[in-house]
Amino acid sequence: MTAPIQMGLTHFQTPLLQSPFHPRLAAANKLNRWGPWAGYMAPLCLGDMDMEYTAIRNGASLYDLCPMVKYRITGPESPDYLNRLMIRNAAKLPVGSVHYTAWCDDQGQVLDDGTLFRHGLQDYLLCCQERHLPWLQASARGFDVQVAEVTQDIAALSLQGPCAASVLTQAGWDISALRPFRMMQLPFQGGEITISRTGFTGDLGYELWLDPDLALPLWDHLMQAGALYGLRPIGSDALNLARVEAGFIITNTDFIPADQALREDRTRSPLELGLAWMIDWDKGHFTGRRALMAEGVRGSDWALVGLDVPGNVSAEGSILYHAKKHEVGMVTSAAWSPATKRSLAIAQIQSRYRMGDDLWVEIYALRELHYVKLMLQVTVVERPFFNPARKRATPPGRF
Amino acid sequence: MPSCDALIIGGGTNGLAAATRLALKGRRVTLLESGPTLGGALALSHTMRDMDARVMSGMDLARHGLNFHPALQTTLLGGPPLTVQRGKTTGPDAAAFAALHAKLTAFARVLAPFRALTPPRLTTKGNEWGKLARLGFGIRTLGQQDFREFLRMILINIADTAEDELSDDRLKGLLAFDATLGAWAGPRSPNTLILLLNQLATGADIQIPQGGMAQIATAMEASARAAGVTIVLNAPVTKILIENDRAVGVAANDTYRAPVTLSAMSPRLTFQHLIGPRHLDAGFFDRTRFIRSRGATAKLTLTLNSPPDLPDLQQRFVIAPSVDAVETAFNPVKYGEVPDNPVMEFVFPTAFDPVHDGPHTLSANVQFAPHDPKAGLETARAQMLANTLKVLHAHVPGLNPTDVKLLMPQDIESRYGMVGGNWHHGELAVEQMLFLRPLRETAQYATPLPGLYLASAGSHPGGGINGAAGWNAAGKVLEAT
Repeated sequence: MTAPIQMGLTHFQTPLLQSPFHPRLAAANKLNRWGPWAGYMAPLCLGDMDMEYTAIRNGASLYDLCPMVKYRITGPESPDYLNRLMIRNAAKLPVGSVHYTAWCDDQGQVLDDGTLFRHGLQDYLLCCQERHLPWLQASARGFDVQVAEVTQDIAALSLQGPCAASVLTQAGWDISALRPFRMMQLPFQGGEITISRTGFTGDLGYELWLDPDLALPLWDHLMQAGALYGLRPIGSDALNLARVEAGFIITNTDFIPADQALREDRTRSPLELGLAWMIDWDKGHFTGRRALMAEGVRGSDWALVGLDVPGNVSAEGSILYHAKKHEVGMVTSAAWSPATKRSLAIAQIQSRYRMGDDLWVEIYALRELHYVKLMLQVTVVERPFFNPARKRATPPGRF
Repeated sequence: MPSCDALIIGGGTNGLAAATRLALKGRRVTLLESGPTLGGALALSHTMRDMDARVMSGMDLARHGLNFHPALQTTLLGGPPLTVQRGKTTGPDAAAFAALHAKLTAFARVLAPFRALTPPRLTTKGNEWGKLARLGFGIRTLGQQDFREFLRMILINIADTAEDELSDDRLKGLLAFDATLGAWAGPRSPNTLILLLNQLATGADIQIPQGGMAQIATAMEASARAAGVTIVLNAPVTKILIENDRAVGVAANDTYRAPVTLSAMSPRLTFQHLIGPRHLDAGFFDRTRFIRSRGATAKLTLTLNSPPDLPDLQQRFVIAPSVDAVETAFNPVKYGEVPDNPVMEFVFPTAFDPVHDGPHTLSANVQFAPHDPKAGLETARAQMLANTLKVLHAHVPGLNPTDVKLLMPQDIESRYGMVGGNWHHGELAVEQMLFLRPLRETAQYATPLPGLYLASAGSHPGGGINGAAGWNAAGKVLEAT
């Protein structure tokens, strides 16, 4: 059922779009738990969150990526255009490769992060959380480049978990040579799908990109191939737990995009979000570069850190204190991590406290309508929190 | 490859002022002018108010040959004779006009010092707070009643001002015409009084230099050369050279290198054409496209075999019978059309500085002309010319032109690099004044590109034959380097 997608608009009583995979998702969604994601209905949890998380870490999981915002950037000057737009060097990205990147406004404050796929010398696909067409088009002035929103034109599925490679092999595709952050084209039912070795779980995994018309056949094909590997459709809740373990940040959860922030001091630079490693200072000018150079000299106000929290109560939304007294930051994402058996957190913290000395988190734990206040000393730790070797092994392990 | 301490792009009044100020401080300065002569858009003008006093004395322009004819009085045509000079006029409205003029002059007097100031930033750091406080105090010295009046009037339009204070239609028409001269605005457009105040702050009198307007360029050139400025003519700059994220020179007929470049051409063209997107942040670059720059003044030049039948030609003539006449002349321009009865001012330059054995000329600023005519440039020009001559003939007996030339805003744009044909390289309007001129990021003459400064009328305090923007910009460069 692809009609609503082609129409682009739905009735006002059903304002959320349905993904090309919706018929299968709806059938699998026993709890009927949906949430909005970029204008689409996306399942939060289909049946059992723990089982879905376990599929990510111990079997294989299938997650609908269609709502992810996608832009196609083509034209002779697309590498130059992207280099002026992004903090990372898009010209250096080899054809057939993917990298994580971010972009800023003039003040060097992050507008969004995303993944950039290079399909050809002059052909890129940008995937991100928020919509940015006006900014991408304004940035295109003076460049021989075309920018088009293609969110509805490309269906995408994320196949993640230790058995992901086995499922693809069972489905008839040889992806054994595919290294992380590379992609390849493979035939499917008279058409073609693109498989990239990418994901948001910090585990072995792949993302599959295809024509929406092939969506349901592909879903059925994969589910059949994955039956013996514990392949299970999952919702956003399970994915979110996996991404916290992987230490990934999410726009509008771990930082506020600069164009949406209402308060002047709520925006963050890539230096403040731990993204400085991506910045290519030598590629020439990019939007925000001068502001970031100045910040480098002046020093950043904020830092993003990973925290190890004692106990097993999630610290989500908690305030960080120095010496139990002064507020110095805020936990933006947190979870009890089954994979590491630790309570983990991602936090924004005033940068002079980023080393974590005498750092405390105050957690309000709700226990049967009574809050229990916990003041726990936390440790700053490296991200990713969970980083298995199977994520990188090529050829991928046979699980 | 020639190299120097500072490069100036553009040899108009602001470029010459900036170049000379830097050279006087010992900098080796090269000025690049695209055309064969200096003066830029001076060629468009036929009268002026005062040169900036700092430019006048700093460049010692009097010694270099800039002297003025006695200030012009204005004769309002149409109806019985009515002349105006400053606040002085005749007829039943004389007292009211004098009072209004005195009030506006007082407002202009407290605003004038702002013209010599680098616009403040809306931040706590980096402002000349002492100076600002003094200027603010200056406004307060108006006294309680005038200060209230100042606050009441500063942002209103000229039509309301005229209607409130005067009863003579032609005097109201004169105020309406003068306030909107060179603007893309009618007398009922918002904030038009401040345009008149800005003119009064530039100088109370309307003047013509002895030897004609071109004498300004001659005197400024002499002063610049005496200060040691190297002037290169016929050198259109095509590009600002950038190395290691700094402006390091320009490409013109040759490559010129300097640690500092001042652009005395339109800010919009400077960013859009001389730099381009690759060296500027996307948000800023995109906004430079929207620096509003529409002109609505056409320039008419008539060659006359014999002087027309007017009693005294050594004055300024204005045809603007009423506020409504000015407003009605502006209305069609909003829709890209030509007004039936344009309003105008004109002088006879040859009456002040006769050309031996030469013909008489009439030079007019005609308002309003569409900057983007719906009917196309040629049709609009022909229509504008016909309507202008019709009005002129009706008011000036014995007018026998042997040659007519009309420059529409588009002609002015292509000839003088003034986007939209706007005299000020960007409309002078409240939302593009002070720290918003031409854009917030570059209102203090420095630009986001290190080593590049703006020095044209597109920066504070705007245009007019005055040199203030160029002088201010040079001051900023001297402060910074």
